[in-house]
Amino acid sequence: MTIKKHVKIGLSALALSVSLNAMADEHPIKVGILHSLSGTMAISETVLKDTVEMLIEKQNAEGGVLGRQLEAVVVDPASNWPLFAEKARELLAQEEVDVIFGNWTSVSRKSVLPVVEELNGLLFYPVQYEGEESSENVFYTGAAPNQQAIPAVNYLMNDIGVERWVLAGTDYVYPRTTNKILETYLMDQGVASEDIMINYTPFGHSDWQNIVSDIKSFGSAGKKTAVVSTINGDANVPFYRELGNQGVSASDIPVVAFSVGEQELSGIDTGPLVGHLAAWNYFMSVDSDANYDFIDQWIEHTGDDEAVTNDPMEAHYIGFNMYVEAVRKAGTTDVDAVKDAIIGVTVPNLTGGYAAMMPNHHITKPVLIGEIQDNGQFSVVWETPSTVAGDAWSDYLPGSRDMIADWRKPMFCGTFNTATGKCGASAGEMAAEEAE
Amino acid sequence: MGIIRSLTLLLIALVSVSSLPASAQDDDPGRELLVNLAEAPNSGVEEALNAIVSSGHPRARGWLEAYGNNRLSRVKDTGQVVVVLNNRGRDWEIANPLTGENMGEMSRRELDRIAINNAIRGQLEGILAMLDLNAPDPDVREASAQDMMGKVDASLIEPLEARLELEESAQVRNRIEEALAIYRVGEGDIEAVDVLAGSLHPRARAALNQAVRSDDPVLAKKAGQALGTIEQKLKLNRAAETLYFGLSLGSVLVLAAIGLAITFGVMGVINMAHGELIMLGAYTTWGMQQLLPGQPGLALILSIPAGFMVAATAGIIIERSVIQFLKGRPLETLLATFGISLILQQLVRTVISPQNRTVVTPEWMSGSLVINDALSLTLNRMYVLGFALVVFAALMLIMRKTRLGLEVRAVTQNRNMARSMGIRATRVDIMTFALGSGVAGLAGVALSQLTNVGPNLGQNYIIDSFMVVVFGGVGNLWGTLIAGLSLGTINQLLEPWAGAVLAKIIVLVFIILFIQKRPKGLFPQKGRAAEG
Repeated sequence: MTIKKHVKIGLSALALSVSLNAMADEHPIKVGILHSLSGTMAISETVLKDTVEMLIEKQNAEGGVLGRQLEAVVVDPASNWPLFAEKARELLAQEEVDVIFGNWTSVSRKSVLPVVEELNGLLFYPVQYEGEESSENVFYTGAAPNQQAIPAVNYLMNDIGVERWVLAGTDYVYPRTTNKILETYLMDQGVASEDIMINYTPFGHSDWQNIVSDIKSFGSAGKKTAVVSTINGDANVPFYRELGNQGVSASDIPVVAFSVGEQELSGIDTGPLVGHLAAWNYFMSVDSDANYDFIDQWIEHTGDDEAVTNDPMEAHYIGFNMYVEAVRKAGTTDVDAVKDAIIGVTVPNLTGGYAAMMPNHHITKPVLIGEIQDNGQFSVVWETPSTVAGDAWSDYLPGSRDMIADWRKPMFCGTFNTATGKCGASAGEMAAEEAE
Repeated sequence: MGIIRSLTLLLIALVSVSSLPASAQDDDPGRELLVNLAEAPNSGVEEALNAIVSSGHPRARGWLEAYGNNRLSRVKDTGQVVVVLNNRGRDWEIANPLTGENMGEMSRRELDRIAINNAIRGQLEGILAMLDLNAPDPDVREASAQDMMGKVDASLIEPLEARLELEESAQVRNRIEEALAIYRVGEGDIEAVDVLAGSLHPRARAALNQAVRSDDPVLAKKAGQALGTIEQKLKLNRAAETLYFGLSLGSVLVLAAIGLAITFGVMGVINMAHGELIMLGAYTTWGMQQLLPGQPGLALILSIPAGFMVAATAGIIIERSVIQFLKGRPLETLLATFGISLILQQLVRTVISPQNRTVVTPEWMSGSLVINDALSLTLNRMYVLGFALVVFAALMLIMRKTRLGLEVRAVTQNRNMARSMGIRATRVDIMTFALGSGVAGLAGVALSQLTNVGPNLGQNYIIDSFMVVVFGGVGNLWGTLIAGLSLGTINQLLEPWAGAVLAKIIVLVFIILFIQKRPKGLFPQKGRAAEG
């Protein structure tokens, strides 16, 4: 053995120990998961927790990010809105997580907003929502109204020839705001106010006899009628059952839903519902290799052959990959650096295209209209020719028309009023004010 | 629509060709027809369908049906069109459309669905309905004539009129005439208005409504008059419908509350876990259907005794382990049973799933009973209404005519006196609580057909149940029945103009005011026992 060789071995041993030391010094990247695992929202949110865990596992198997492993920190806010804020504080202040994936309902997001802004956290929010918000610390990977509601109404108006509208929703902020936007939009398009019927029902409503009967007689006025449904959660099951029983078929009065996905349909026999519609940015039936791989992975993760995937799961898939990409780009998990780096990041979505993070913290998405099939899946009948960028501030609400959000410097504002040229209060401050 | 014109051709072909043995596959013209359909752009689908119909291929009808059900797919590699027999899961079972031969399973990735949308489905329904108009069974003919209403266009007039000539059944004739009249009114035919004047069908009304807006003043006036007559008839139907809605909602309230009327009303136990006993009954139905796959009807019937037993057993356990120690301490009972309700909910979440479970509605309970075109009664709710009345009658019998009922009444009226007469009061307590809980289980079986079966099922009904029992008069079964049915009816009367949210609030305010005036409810207990 020559000296040279000795030196070589010594050097490589040294290098190895140095790299080992470096690994030991680097803490894992902590990913907070803030989804309800009990209470009314557990139905929808539990799968999202599982999705993030699955994505973390996969990322770790591929070597993590920046040579660091990822670690999930799961908390249960129990469908209790104030508890969401407490749990978010726990994640950011005690656990010191680098990023949070979480929330479903808008009211829970509003509860968390002041906390993530105060402690400068990162939150990825995966559900379609009513818009009118853009926070420095939140990334909205679900659809804004212009990425779901408006294109769906356009489809009904132009392709199906609908002239009379029923806007039916659950009685809370998302349906009310969405319906306000839609009502203004329809009026702008020349629909008379007597051709619009608006109806709200409580959460978990189960007696739909009267409402379905009203819809039937509203629809017999000689104009093509459609129902735009923002009915949320499990109230949809008895609603669709009643539609089927009273014989409202999709060729007479189609129902287009914004909150009914594969998960909700797995609770009913979809035979009588064939042809009713839903508008989303992803369907499990989408024909793309990325989607098939995702489904295989999901079925393997859950161990359930019948497991379904849905739109908010895709939103987490996109959000997670965007975060990973942004951390790589920034070379660190420092919150401010990631916030800067993530704008403009583009990752593949599951429908065969790409999603880009816009300066207003919303992403680009294709809009798909699907018809319910007898196997509980949707078949895509229409889609936007290209992706649509999410609009934080609707053009169809007074007061929000002039607002824009742009988190690039020098503007760096989520509530910039182009009429006055001033930057308003932050989303967290507004949410806190509303809560008082 | 040129499709229809070729229908007669197809029909003749069907009769003549279907008797021949299936010919060699390779030169089957069907192959090309299907590929054309698969490759047609949206605007060309009609033409492709047209070609299939006029080809007179013996399997054409099957293809049309498969296409309408989203069951036609293309194998990506070979371009072969196949019929999907089973489209659940990741592997789909497929068959050869030309021979009907089963081709086994194929991964979803390998298949490309041939798209259909509502507009095309509407055309297809018209074609299929037209084919059915020649069916031997008059019921099928009537149903398909009804499907034709609103779908008739110029090309259909001739075959429909030809059919009308041949038709023997008066009902089917009426339907075809109405279907033709709807088209003619749309074309400005004033005479046709008379045909529609008596029709209650929504599409007939739609056609008349359109005519009212037409430029022809004579037509508009006549259509307006016809609508007026129809509106008169509709009023009565609407009233009947609202009453039915009210009774059916009321029957749900009665079912949910009647078990509570026994445990709370008769025994005086404030059982906050009552809702969860209902939930157990609903889960029993789900479990039964899991045990008997493919026989949802039988499972549902067997669930009636099973749901009763499960809930009654749970009731006995609750009574023995908790409630008996808290006798005469209502506040503590309330808190303890509230705790039990939370435990039961979480137990279901952990053991079964936090997700709602699917309970299948058997064939004979879905759909509706058609009285006339404007009034049809949904079957599932009608069964529940009947079930509620049967349960009520059975309970009344037990309380009035059996030894157990006698003992229950004795113990609740004067416990010490009853005991000194030799009645084992503890045993009666157990039996009463089990009875009340078992009835809650029955309510769960019925509710599984109307609403979601999930861990929160009970919570949605507990408030309503207490409301009904208090309103009806604590301790009075008749009161519960009347209170449930009338609250349901009031709610449904208010709903059309107040909305679902406000209607509920108004009913609640009404009950609060009513209780202020009559603290003991509609039918207060009388006599010394009630005073004590």
